[in-house]
Amino acid sequence: MNRTLERLAPVAFGVIALALWQGLVWATGTPSYVLPGPVDIVTAYLGDYATLNPALLSTLAVTFTALLCATALGLFLAVAMAASNLFRAAIQPWAVILQVTPVVAIAPLIIIWVNQPFIALVVCAIIVAFFPILSNTAAGLAATPPELLDLFALNGASRWQTLFWLRLPSALPNFLTGLRISGTLALVGAVVAEFVAGSGGFASGLAYRIIEASYRLEIPKMFAALVMLGVTGILIYAALGWFERFMLRGRQ
Amino acid sequence: MLALNGVSKRFDGGTLALENVSASIGQGEFVALLGPSGCGKSTLLRLLAGLEAPSAGSIVWDEGKQPGPGDIGFVFQDATLLPWANAAANVYLPLRLRGKSRAATAPQVAAALAQVGLSDFATAKPSALSGGMKMRVSIARALVSEPLLLLMDEPFAALDEFTRHKLQEDLLALWRRTGKTIVFVTHSIYEAAYLANRILVMSPRPGRIAADLRPAIPQGPARREAPEYIEMIHKITETFREVMPA
Repeated sequence: MNRTLERLAPVAFGVIALALWQGLVWATGTPSYVLPGPVDIVTAYLGDYATLNPALLSTLAVTFTALLCATALGLFLAVAMAASNLFRAAIQPWAVILQVTPVVAIAPLIIIWVNQPFIALVVCAIIVAFFPILSNTAAGLAATPPELLDLFALNGASRWQTLFWLRLPSALPNFLTGLRISGTLALVGAVVAEFVAGSGGFASGLAYRIIEASYRLEIPKMFAALVMLGVTGILIYAALGWFERFMLRGRQ
Repeated sequence: MLALNGVSKRFDGGTLALENVSASIGQGEFVALLGPSGCGKSTLLRLLAGLEAPSAGSIVWDEGKQPGPGDIGFVFQDATLLPWANAAANVYLPLRLRGKSRAATAPQVAAALAQVGLSDFATAKPSALSGGMKMRVSIARALVSEPLLLLMDEPFAALDEFTRHKLQEDLLALWRRTGKTIVFVTHSIYEAAYLANRILVMSPRPGRIAADLRPAIPQGPARREAPEYIEMIHKITETFREVMPA
């Protein structure tokens, strides 16, 4: 009973909020170029899905390419940092600097430097997305139980055996937590990069459609694109959460 | 079997953990290293395992043999099983690390699980096992490579009293059956007196051997009530009264 109620609660909240929103828009007679109601937004989507859907696909292509690359890069750096203290000392401050620099600030440079627009967008999204994977995996690798490291040493395990049979599997829960955070960050990075590229005239992705709609004062279409981004973010987060539970089934 | 000759251990921070420890351990002995926290007994165990090197003195094995991979079984205070692997895979691990195939060693793994009474739980993950059962898997993992020396670092300290008694009885039976040489670290006077046929009592800061006792308590169900057992406990208590700083 309680569980069903808990599942229904966010849906019920959403429906009530939407109804209130629509009600207020109707009651106050707010024009749709200031605040469109849910009905206007759905109508805008139905009228424009021929441009909005390909735009979403383009954003998704950037997001997933970036997430794959960020995973590979984050994992590689984390393992290298766990293997060598010198490497860790050399890399860690630069990774942090890259992390704290707002991507909006460096995106224009990357878009100038990298000729191929798709790659430029992917690079921006990687910069935003790789850090949680790196830091979480590194923390997991460092937290390998020392007794198990002793046990591996007593049995003459090689470095690679210790890495693949002990350190990496021990760090799997941390890695998956990082992946879940990075999944949504890759989407954020892709959208921010598209905004920068879009204002430079490169027509791609949902962000460009949002800019375009705002110039033309097609506010309902803007909202439709925003809703699509939000739903995509939730789906990525939920899918990675499900993947996490699947990978860790049977542990604790 | 092996001898400790004037072994000392000083850590990087300057703490002297062990000072001039000399003892010899015979084949088939069940040795308890007994002492309060901070007396260096776990450090001594790690030196025996070769996980750390003494700062002074030496550990000499009979006929100059140095133990190789798998010659030393180690049981830690926590079971420390791989949470993603089932009981059989955890027991197979030491053999796997030395390149033995799973199929060829399946009988060995099954025998090790049988020795600790867990034949029916080979496919159970650690999360499905109780604390006592996890410790049994951990003991099977230490036994599977047929080690020359079995080292145990307070293995039952985290278990409840009932489970601890049962595991103590089973470990004693296993020792009598297999004749393994065991060095068992504990801070429990009762556990040392019940299990061991030799007790090295250690005094703290720096760790030294304060007494070398050889209990002779009759085996059997009445062991915990035997007059020799009670007498041994008195004797150990007496020793600690003399060596412990006030």
